[in-house]
Amino acid sequence: MPKVGDLIWGARGMNDMKPMGAVPHDLAELGRLMDAFCPMHVMLDAAGQMVHVGATLQKLRPDAPMVGKTFLEVFELRRPQGVSSMSELMRSAGVKLHLRFYDTPETALKGVLAPLEGGRGAVLNIGFGISLIEGVRDYALVSSDFAATDLAIEMLYLVEAKSAAMEASRKLNLRLQGAMIAAEEQAYTDTLTGLKNRRAMDHVLTRLIERKRGFALMQIDLDFFKAVNDTLGHAAGDHVLQNVARFMVEETRDEDTVARVGGDEFVILFDGLTDREALSRVAARIIERLEVPMPFGEHFCRISASCGTVLSQSYGQPDAGVMLADADMALYASKKAGRAQHSFFSEAMRDVGGDGGPIPAAIAPKHKGARPREERRGEE
Amino acid sequence: MHGLINRTIQSFVRDTRSEALWLEIAKAAELGFDDFEAMLSYDPALTKRALGAVACKLGLPQDALLEDMGTYLVSHKNTEAVRRLLRFGGVDFVEFLHSLDDLPDRARLAVDDLILPQLELRERSAERFTLQVSARQRGFGAVMMGVLRAMADDYGALVLLEYVPEAEGVESIDIQLIEAAFAEGRGFDLGGARDE
Repeated sequence: MPKVGDLIWGARGMNDMKPMGAVPHDLAELGRLMDAFCPMHVMLDAAGQMVHVGATLQKLRPDAPMVGKTFLEVFELRRPQGVSSMSELMRSAGVKLHLRFYDTPETALKGVLAPLEGGRGAVLNIGFGISLIEGVRDYALVSSDFAATDLAIEMLYLVEAKSAAMEASRKLNLRLQGAMIAAEEQAYTDTLTGLKNRRAMDHVLTRLIERKRGFALMQIDLDFFKAVNDTLGHAAGDHVLQNVARFMVEETRDEDTVARVGGDEFVILFDGLTDREALSRVAARIIERLEVPMPFGEHFCRISASCGTVLSQSYGQPDAGVMLADADMALYASKKAGRAQHSFFSEAMRDVGGDGGPIPAAIAPKHKGARPREERRGEE
Repeated sequence: MHGLINRTIQSFVRDTRSEALWLEIAKAAELGFDDFEAMLSYDPALTKRALGAVACKLGLPQDALLEDMGTYLVSHKNTEAVRRLLRFGGVDFVEFLHSLDDLPDRARLAVDDLILPQLELRERSAERFTLQVSARQRGFGAVMMGVLRAMADDYGALVLLEYVPEAEGVESIDIQLIEAAFAEGRGFDLGGARDE
């Protein structure tokens, strides 16, 4: 397909081209060819006045005929800058021009100018470039407004096809994200009680420490739970655990985290609550509620709980492991003092530890597991 | 088989019958899930089982079902995107027919793992054409019957179509153009603003 440049240079080298016969040798002929190949061209005379305008370009301003106006009064030349006369415009031949309509819609256009032989003016071909989509929409263009070889229609097709494909992918991603959140939720939930699990608790505890806001950590161990399990069976044990979980959730605030971290071990993280009296009241209410005998079949399950609490402000730099171990030590103090109680951790506990001897924090939880059996033996 | 094709089977049942019927079909075909994802790929055996279950539940012969699905692809409002993409192929029905040779390549430009059957249009006269459909699985020809019928309506052209079932791995459709501008057809706005 001949390009604008070919035609212009063809016109300039007219004598050489003669054998080919159909070379345009006057402007009317050139205009006719341009109409066929470049429906968005415009031909300027030496003074910069528009003398012939392609049908599609004119379609962008259907009520304002362009012929007779000067090019630079209709189009603003954005690049190259500082062009205000026809002679300056002629110097930008061959350069990519960035154009815009002066009036609205100020569609951005691309163009290229080729001078005509003998100072007779110039031909400009204009295109939408990347504003094609808006252009087609704003001016209700149809296929026949573009040259058959113009890739505009293919570009519109691709944009739509890609958008449709992206939309399908986006929907898939949303569904996958939903599935991922559900899976994560499951991974953080204790399925028996619906409470958070150990992993979730570790996660929240780390976040609370990072946020450097005051919080309290309460360890709760059920007393006599093993007896329920042993005498009434696991179904009774599960029933008790579910009740206990419900009490704990009901006695705490939404922003607190209640987690089951072991068989009959729970941790509650109180976000922003460090008031000792308030915490003692919560512990007392929980103990009180779970001491009410729970009917199971024709039996009653009787349990209690021991609690130990640490406050984040007791530490210069709180550490999750140390806080859990200290809370456990406070809980052990509660057990020692006769169970069904709540204690705050104090430095003095480190010295008295288990049976008078200090318990290394790291192994404290292991000791605890073995403890209830001995204690129960003393009691029953 | 590409998820887009499987998803079409599901959408066809859901949009032209009901969601409940689709769930029954998914169960009968033992898919192991309720929804095909448009952007994933599936074992061709699943596609075959799904199609078999749909034909069975709707009491339709396979070819009639596939043709209905082709019509659905072009004419249902939920698949408007497909109709639009096809309409980019040409300004009239004949130009559209000629664009079908490029259809598989066009589809791949948008979704590079979507493999459509090879289409070849033979022009026997100005009004008579034969579209040859070659695919590994037979059945695409029947789908194209539905697509052509609906696209002819879309362009407002009056055509006679005849389906010639598989011969040596190629299905064909004989197309006779009675009148290119028989009816008004549906509008097509390049810019994607509301048609009609």
